[in-house]
Amino acid sequence: MSSAPNLNADADNLLEVSGLKVHFPLPRKNLMTPGGTVHAVDGINYNVRRGSTFGIVGESGSGKTTAALAAMRLVPITAGSIRLDGTEMTTLEGDALRAMRRKIQIVFQDPYSSLNPRMRAGAIVREPMDLMDVGSPDERDRRVAELFRRVGLRPEQVALFPHQFSGGQRQRIGVARALATQPELIVCDEPVSALDVAIQAQILNLLRELQRDFGLTYLFISHDLGVVQYICDDIAVMYLGEIVEQSDRISLFSTPLHPYTWALISAVPSARHRKGEEDNRVRLQGDPPSPIDPPPGCHFAPRCPFAEDRCHREKPSLREVKAGHLVSCHLVGEDCVPPHVKTAAA
Amino acid sequence: MADTEAPPTPMDDTEPVRIEHPVVEFLRMYLRNWAAIAGFLMFMAIVFAALFAPALLQRDPFEMVWMPFSPPGKDGYLLGTDNLGRDLLIAVIYGARATLAVGASAAGITIFIGITIGSLAGYYRGWVDEVLMRITEFFQVLPPLLLAMVLVSLFSPTLPTVAIAIGVVSWTGVARLARAEFMRIRELEFVKAARSIGSRDRRIIWRVILPNALPPLIVNAALTVGVAILFEAALSFLGLSDPNVMSWGKLIGDNRDYLLDAPWTVTMPGVAIFLTVLSVSLIGDGLNDAFNPRLRER
Repeated sequence: MSSAPNLNADADNLLEVSGLKVHFPLPRKNLMTPGGTVHAVDGINYNVRRGSTFGIVGESGSGKTTAALAAMRLVPITAGSIRLDGTEMTTLEGDALRAMRRKIQIVFQDPYSSLNPRMRAGAIVREPMDLMDVGSPDERDRRVAELFRRVGLRPEQVALFPHQFSGGQRQRIGVARALATQPELIVCDEPVSALDVAIQAQILNLLRELQRDFGLTYLFISHDLGVVQYICDDIAVMYLGEIVEQSDRISLFSTPLHPYTWALISAVPSARHRKGEEDNRVRLQGDPPSPIDPPPGCHFAPRCPFAEDRCHREKPSLREVKAGHLVSCHLVGEDCVPPHVKTAAA
Repeated sequence: MADTEAPPTPMDDTEPVRIEHPVVEFLRMYLRNWAAIAGFLMFMAIVFAALFAPALLQRDPFEMVWMPFSPPGKDGYLLGTDNLGRDLLIAVIYGARATLAVGASAAGITIFIGITIGSLAGYYRGWVDEVLMRITEFFQVLPPLLLAMVLVSLFSPTLPTVAIAIGVVSWTGVARLARAEFMRIRELEFVKAARSIGSRDRRIIWRVILPNALPPLIVNAALTVGVAILFEAALSFLGLSDPNVMSWGKLIGDNRDYLLDAPWTVTMPGVAIFLTVLSVSLIGDGLNDAFNPRLRER
């Protein structure tokens, strides 16, 4: 259990990301002083098993969306390796990159801005096939109709423009577009957070059905723990560009080890609040530190109710404390007792 | 969700699907503005006169037909005659051709240069943006009329030269507008989506972003036509246009010395310029309103 956790390359892994860093330079302040660097994603590792759903959760600004866009080569990558189905993605350029894009597609967060308002719904779904030369023109038309049916739209709606659909329907178009080239991996960048709750469930169920029917693999980005718990098999919690805890769903939600995860889970509103039960919700104080100049120690230390001296000085590394459960916290001992449990017991 | 073979039915048809083509919607919005309709009809009448009247009339606008300075309405000349005894009605009708041709082609050149420079700067940003914007600023600080005069004097005073000169001095506004639109739209998710399905830069610029950036540019283009017509008039007035082609600016320039004695010789072509620019501006305003989604009824 050392500094490189869980990196055993596995034929079962569709996506293997290691040491991924995405830094954005800020414009220089003047001719002499260079601007700072935003450490949006600062060295993360994760593997996505074929046919599973890997969730990345975190609050706004944690770098989760950047991590997803980097996997698609939609943002410039500073360092690290991304292997999709054994092919190194970070060094691909031009036509080779375009060819690989067939295998990895994305569903965006905002269904109101992710569809070109000047294109008809059918053309939006057909465009990936046109660009990547999938099938003959007749086959493409048939496939568009089939995809429309499959995602719960009527094939005659291909002639409509995006503004003529509701939010949920637009997101279905987004899903159909992502499916058009028969990808293996679909990156879902908060695909339901812009929708209202009743429609969230429909889209999540649609994604699940499609996964079952087509054997899809999802990289699912969300800030909503309820959604993540519903759809993901494995989950990584991101905080300020780094993964602070990673585990399978059951272990993460039953025994969260990192104080941040614990705070997140306790913040989920619950309808099952029993009378007499004490309110042990943690309220985090303050905001995450700036990703421009992250503090030297644990990034979470300034907000952590359990932080010790060491936390402010030394940066913890992500280590496997029990099978498949990784955490990056000094205070989680070998006995696997998280600080919040220790404090409660004391 | 039950494991059934039937595809999921869309339950979220909360908003009724209104089937209206954007062109239909655009027309509906444009036609709500009576001033824009008036502007359009007026402009069409001027264009019709410019295109067909010469062929129907078969006259020479330079021909001396009667004594000079005959007032409007007298002796059967509706707009009177000018300092050389030319029929002002015929001259104004023929002058529409040159004025509109120069105005439209100058506006076309303006839009072409402006969109090319602005879209490249706004899309690529970085050093491309720096270089192109410095060039734009260079053209912005030059007094446009002086530069146009220099360009026309350097080359021959023909209609194409005049059109190019006007285009070269007035593209900067369009470039900045196009740049701003490109910078805004390139951050939208459908541009990322276009890239994720393998679109190249060229396709993203011309097929994805440009159509979405067009509405404000079309409005600007309509207004540019008005500005270009005024420019052409100013250049002709100063004698910097083709002396063998009748135009409104030339009529005003030729008769400027007689402004006090025979004011109609200057006001008639002046009114023609005014009405043309007004109609184009009304069209521009109407387009602006029609493209503005905030004015659309829900």
